[in-house]
Amino acid sequence: MKAKDFLRWETALFVLLVLIGVVGAARTGGGFLAGQNLFYLGLDIGEIAIMALPLTLVIVAAEIDLSVASVLGLSSALIGALWNAGWALETILPLVLLVGAVCGAFNGVLVTRMGLPSLAVTIGTLALYRGLALIVLGDHAVADFPATYTRFGTTPLPGTPIPYPIALFGVLAVVFGLLLHATAFGRAVFALGANEEAARFSGIRVKRNKEILFVLSGVLSALAGIVYTFRFSSARADNGTGLELAVVAAVLLGGVSIFGGRGTIGGVILAVLVLGALRNVLILADTSTEVLTVVTGLLLLASVLAPAIIQGILNRFKRPIEGAPS
Amino acid sequence: MNTSKTLIRTFVTLTSAAALLTGCGKTTKSDTGGGAPSASASAATNSAAPSASVAVANPSAPLAKDLKITFLPKKVNIPYFSVCETGAQKAAASLGEQLKATGPSDASASSQVTYINTAAQQGQNALLIAANDSNAVAPALKAARARGMKVVAFDSDAATDARDVFINQAATEDIGVGQVKLISDAIKGTGEIAILSATANATNQNAWIAVMKKELAKPEYANVKLVDIAYGDDDDQISFQKTQGLLQAHPKLKGIISPTTIGVAAAARYLDSSEYKGKVAVTGVGTPNQLRKFVKNGTMASFALWDPANLGYLATYAAVALSSGQITGKPGEKFKAGDLGEYTIGANGEVVLGPPIVFTKENIDKYDF
Repeated sequence: MKAKDFLRWETALFVLLVLIGVVGAARTGGGFLAGQNLFYLGLDIGEIAIMALPLTLVIVAAEIDLSVASVLGLSSALIGALWNAGWALETILPLVLLVGAVCGAFNGVLVTRMGLPSLAVTIGTLALYRGLALIVLGDHAVADFPATYTRFGTTPLPGTPIPYPIALFGVLAVVFGLLLHATAFGRAVFALGANEEAARFSGIRVKRNKEILFVLSGVLSALAGIVYTFRFSSARADNGTGLELAVVAAVLLGGVSIFGGRGTIGGVILAVLVLGALRNVLILADTSTEVLTVVTGLLLLASVLAPAIIQGILNRFKRPIEGAPS
Repeated sequence: MNTSKTLIRTFVTLTSAAALLTGCGKTTKSDTGGGAPSASASAATNSAAPSASVAVANPSAPLAKDLKITFLPKKVNIPYFSVCETGAQKAAASLGEQLKATGPSDASASSQVTYINTAAQQGQNALLIAANDSNAVAPALKAARARGMKVVAFDSDAATDARDVFINQAATEDIGVGQVKLISDAIKGTGEIAILSATANATNQNAWIAVMKKELAKPEYANVKLVDIAYGDDDDQISFQKTQGLLQAHPKLKGIISPTTIGVAAAARYLDSSEYKGKVAVTGVGTPNQLRKFVKNGTMASFALWDPANLGYLATYAAVALSSGQITGKPGEKFKAGDLGEYTIGANGEVVLGPPIVFTKENIDKYDF
């Protein structure tokens, strides 16, 4: 192990998380670390965490998906409308995941086949999918879901403070971690983000891979919609409004470069925990909502600036060594 | 490239995750009898603890001091709720309790849940909540009640089995009857009137309109004729244009009732700037600060609203009475609410603040919200 290996962004995030835990526990008289509170904390970050996984891959590939929270809302509205129409949940849920995949594919096709920037495309579909959600369900709220489903969002795994959505996230995190860091597909994603031209010339199917990424983002956003709907036992078209910013913030704070080519799933998981824990501690300590918003904003700025600054410092140390042999 | 393989693997994992989530068997709305049995089942498991463990109300129990009460509006920084909060603070101060306000910065269905959980975690004795979504907050409220917290819904109710009492600002009947009386007075009992509502499916608006129609059928309003109902969608611009449309479509129109704060302000603004000023009457439900100008310059004679400060005041008294064991939330129980006098809990645990205040040129300067 070299000293450089410790000088990672993930280490900084881990230290920050421990610090929030220690200070939080002290400020709230241990209340922060109570099992019940950790359960609530887990519930609060569930959907953000699930959507952050595919978005990490999308941003590493130098694209972005801002429509995630709208897909969440659309899937929630669909669940409500179909449930009202008397469909079985066993039919509704796979269908909702499929609709999520179609939403993602639509984003992907516009980006790759039409050559449009993903920022513009997904700002468009952010409005489009939310609009569809409103058409599907209007401003009604559907709430009469059976307890067998809603308990996934209201009770922890037996004997632990871990909510079911976080357990689901754990499984997905392993899958996405392996996908990004241990497969040829993952290497292709990094190559796309680092230099798309070079990737194309080295035989990577650029369009196809990007489309897969957008589809994954759509499917997991729909999954987050299912989790959200059962957690609050409330299907509404406006569910998760504005949540896309929290997801992007988590991914960027996790050290994923907004310019693509760099980032880790581990870093994003830590960032989701840092943001969730910080918010939880601040609310527990009765911080005003205004301060909370300012702190979140500052963290977002820091998340974009800090990795760049740290990289700059690292480069400074590296340069003389790299230059030495020549 | 083995992209396809990776893709297949990912999808298999996702589908199995979905399968895990959906479980086996078939669950439809009709299977669970429209959800009603499951709702009552969860109510039984979750709310059994508080309602069963609290024995009976003891009306002569002393009022507890130093209670920790959380005030949770739909979202922070809304003038209406700030006024509710001043009333709640006044009641808390006079009873020797600690009341703090908190809340989300957006009024989405679920944004209050974190704050409910936090209040439970902090061991708050009572929670005053204006629910953004009656069902979305229910599981969190039930969990909080199971830990001993008393829940008072005010302004907007939470699911009946998730709170102890609901402080209703005004009975539907009172609002509807009052609005008809105000417009009839303004047009001297004769002429065509129209209603400018919010959205076509707004629950409380439609309930008020139903009462108004029933009231207008009475003999004393024989000469008042309701000719149209327009919907301004709670949007200032649309409401403004709909007012214009109503006046053009009905040249003999004498009065407009707009039972929505956004609609009534837009209607008054249109009349104020048009040839109809002083000729067509307008009334509705609005706040004094919003309509002061129009009442003073003669565009409108009167309008109605409950006093939000009294709403917060009453909710706090109810919370303290609950926490002290004077009431348990059952219909028929009585409690004292300081300056406002004695209240009785009605059906479904509802307490009605009282008839709305009518604001006129004479009294409007006494209110600032």
